[in-house]
Amino acid sequence: MTDLSCDVLVIGAGPGGYVAAIRAGQLGQKTIIVEKQAVGGTCLNIGCIPSKALIHAADEFHCVKEAAAGHSRLGISAQSAAIDLSRTMSWKDGIVRQLTGGVAGLLRKAGVDVMTGMATVLDGKTVQVETGEGSVRIACQNLVIATGSTPVTVPALPFGGDILSSTEALALTEVPESLAVVGGGYIGLEIGTAFAKLGARVSIIEAKPHILPHYDEDLSKPISARLKALGVSLSFDSVAQAHDPQRGLLSVRKGDAVEQVPAEKVLVTVGRKPALQGFGLESLGLDMQGPFLRINDRCQTSMRGVYAIGDVTGEPMLAHRAMAQGELVADVIAGHPARWDKRVIPAVCFTDPEVVVVGMLPAQAKAAGHQVEVASYPMRANGRALTLERSDGFVRIVHEAKSGLVLGFQAVGAGCAELVGEFGLAVEMCATVTDLAATIHAHPTLSETLQEVALSALGKALHA
Amino acid sequence: MAIKTIRLPDVGEGVTEAEVAEILVKIGDFVREDDPIAAVMTDKATVEITSAYGGTVVWIGGEVGKTLAIGSDLIRIEDDASKGGTPEMHATADSAGAPPVASAPPDDALQQEAENEAPAQAEAEPPAAAAHGAQAAIASAVADANSLSADKSHAAPRMPDPMRVAPVRPEGAAVLASPAVRQRAREAGIDLRRVAGTGPAGRITHSDLDQWFDDGRQQEIRPGRGTASPSQPSEEIVETVKVTGLRRMIARRMSEANAAIPHITVVEEVDVTEIEALRARLNETRGDKPKLTLLPLVAAALVKARETSPKVFARYDDEADQVFYSSAVHIGIATMTDGGLMVPVLRHAQDRSLFDMAGEITRLSDACRSNKAKREELSGSTITITSLGPLGAIATTPIINKPEVAILGINRMAMRPSWNGSAFVPRMMMNISASFDHRIIDGFDAAVFVQKMKTLLETPALIFMKD
Repeated sequence: MTDLSCDVLVIGAGPGGYVAAIRAGQLGQKTIIVEKQAVGGTCLNIGCIPSKALIHAADEFHCVKEAAAGHSRLGISAQSAAIDLSRTMSWKDGIVRQLTGGVAGLLRKAGVDVMTGMATVLDGKTVQVETGEGSVRIACQNLVIATGSTPVTVPALPFGGDILSSTEALALTEVPESLAVVGGGYIGLEIGTAFAKLGARVSIIEAKPHILPHYDEDLSKPISARLKALGVSLSFDSVAQAHDPQRGLLSVRKGDAVEQVPAEKVLVTVGRKPALQGFGLESLGLDMQGPFLRINDRCQTSMRGVYAIGDVTGEPMLAHRAMAQGELVADVIAGHPARWDKRVIPAVCFTDPEVVVVGMLPAQAKAAGHQVEVASYPMRANGRALTLERSDGFVRIVHEAKSGLVLGFQAVGAGCAELVGEFGLAVEMCATVTDLAATIHAHPTLSETLQEVALSALGKALHA
Repeated sequence: MAIKTIRLPDVGEGVTEAEVAEILVKIGDFVREDDPIAAVMTDKATVEITSAYGGTVVWIGGEVGKTLAIGSDLIRIEDDASKGGTPEMHATADSAGAPPVASAPPDDALQQEAENEAPAQAEAEPPAAAAHGAQAAIASAVADANSLSADKSHAAPRMPDPMRVAPVRPEGAAVLASPAVRQRAREAGIDLRRVAGTGPAGRITHSDLDQWFDDGRQQEIRPGRGTASPSQPSEEIVETVKVTGLRRMIARRMSEANAAIPHITVVEEVDVTEIEALRARLNETRGDKPKLTLLPLVAAALVKARETSPKVFARYDDEADQVFYSSAVHIGIATMTDGGLMVPVLRHAQDRSLFDMAGEITRLSDACRSNKAKREELSGSTITITSLGPLGAIATTPIINKPEVAILGINRMAMRPSWNGSAFVPRMMMNISASFDHRIIDGFDAAVFVQKMKTLLETPALIFMKD
């Protein structure tokens, strides 16, 4: 048994954990980070980055396929389109390797010791790690729990074989003939859309009345329309029951009726749960908030010197939230007067078209007691959107009636994910619609929609 | 002209703020790199802050007794290199009464503004502060102006006392401010709910914060602040002393401990004739070893008592509802110093000999009395001994050194008659007063511990028995 000691010990090297470790190292804290699998966590290895790589590959392939079918409105023709998904996956894996290698380099540069192994929490100050070279006991002044989350299973459809989680779906080397996606949240829609573009016959089964059930139906409608255009079948108010791998069918119940959906593979994306089991954390008896660790605005748990960040601390389970918490927790440990005071955590769904949500939805703003006004602006009135062959979607702004203070943005449209930065900045800076309307936005860009929607909010729309 | 800012560094694990205990420089002083410039006090120790740069002090951000957030501006120094002079040249210029900015004047408007401000400030300042006069005012104004232009996010952190200003927004109300404004406020320890926002939609701007700081400056120089409490007739007061530094820390910690902990105190009479005889014999043959007082013997008895009363040697985190037990016995030794009570820690008493403990107690006491005790020497105890020695009374009611759960008070020794069953005999007697955190320690456990201590002190051979 080797004994080590450090100021900061981070368990989990996902986007929250590695950011916490890098910043802690930069602040002069002796830092060790323990990861049981690969540096980068879900985001880099089996989540955000691989899925975006697959989505991009699928988009490119779809364009070529359309051209080969003579459907290109741009006058482009191609003789045939084919995809070797194993090569696509190799390319994707190369990006993952590049990024995880980069993170490892950043950790080294910050003086952080990276340890690969399974951590077990012995008490709030001591962790034992089983590494390939034996056991290591680490005494730490501060412990950061950043163990992330795992996919939720459906009892009738346990993972394994043809029942896939997003991890396995993003590693497929052949396009399945048919794919049933159980769960119409953003993960299922992103991967389902990509496989539809790659040629799979995709069905989406959602228990709620529309896809993206956390958002209002106005936001999900353009996506439903696009999915239908891509040949994806949508079943709402429906529950998946059992998979027959021999026949490649999934039984789906809707009300009293049961129908069979083609499903060589079944992708289950009904949510994620915090990864809190199996490494001795229970022994600390930390306070919980539902299924998550309860933390305060300094990411402190109920035990002094024990912190938690990322998916283990609750919704939204997003990498950039974890990163912000990681930075915060390192500052807190270093004695800086840091607190969580963010106004918004932006969210992007890389569906087709993309969806961006920043701040409050109209209903949320009203429920919070604001006197709300809502303005929207259609993508079809934007020159840049039309040059990109897309006119579906809109930008919406939620603001206080009296002051014009921006409370939230929503946007649906091809390529609108890149607007998220400006949306977030505007809300974080407490901008008003006047501020946005008075800011020159370059022409022709999708960002003009932001200025236009602000002008609409002021009753001064120019291009709508 | 380069103005460099020295911020209050992180002075210890988990500390977010510290009280200014001493300012060792004044505006116009020349300091070299690593020269001490201030001392700040955490809840454990006084820490000296040294200068990271050489140059002339142009701005001081704290006063003795003020609590500053870690990272807030402490001192600003005008880089000597940018002035092109030597320290001696500065000393000459200063002693001649020339303002430190004379060799590199600011632009006309700024200088005019600084000069305009100087008489008003000098007039309003109390006599002691006015010693720096217009020179200080000009230097301060230049420093502030430089800071605003060069590093707006860390402008002058002087502010009204947050406790004295009513919030302009209710609890839970949204505060509208950009991240930079929020960070600046956080580092200066300002609750933004108290700051009026003049921006669109009530947004708090940097200018609003500047105004807040300016308001604070006005309040600082307002005559009469800090004088006698209105409830006291002024003619009866012969001296008003601000409670700062260690005394304030002691006051706060005692109040917290007394308010938070339901104390139960057990007093027991102990016959210390045998242990006193043992101590005398050991001292006679100690050679070069440190002289034994009763304290090391009591500490040794505590170590032995832990075997039967481990619950008494604990730390209770009442926020987390967790009690931490340790196999190590770290004994706090309440020590009187010129500044007040300090509690250095005799660490790992279980591994020490009597003479080793005696030496360590002396070393720790000396460190406290010379104000050189380190933070780590003042924290981590699992039980505390308090003793007033010959001044002690028959019984005391010790206050627990939070977050511990027990404290042992040693009272005055005296020769008293003791009934041995057939006659009164003179015996050296002493009472012990042990207080316990009744949330964690039940009366039974308290009694068991006290009886064990009585037994050990009356029959000292048992202290050294190996079971």
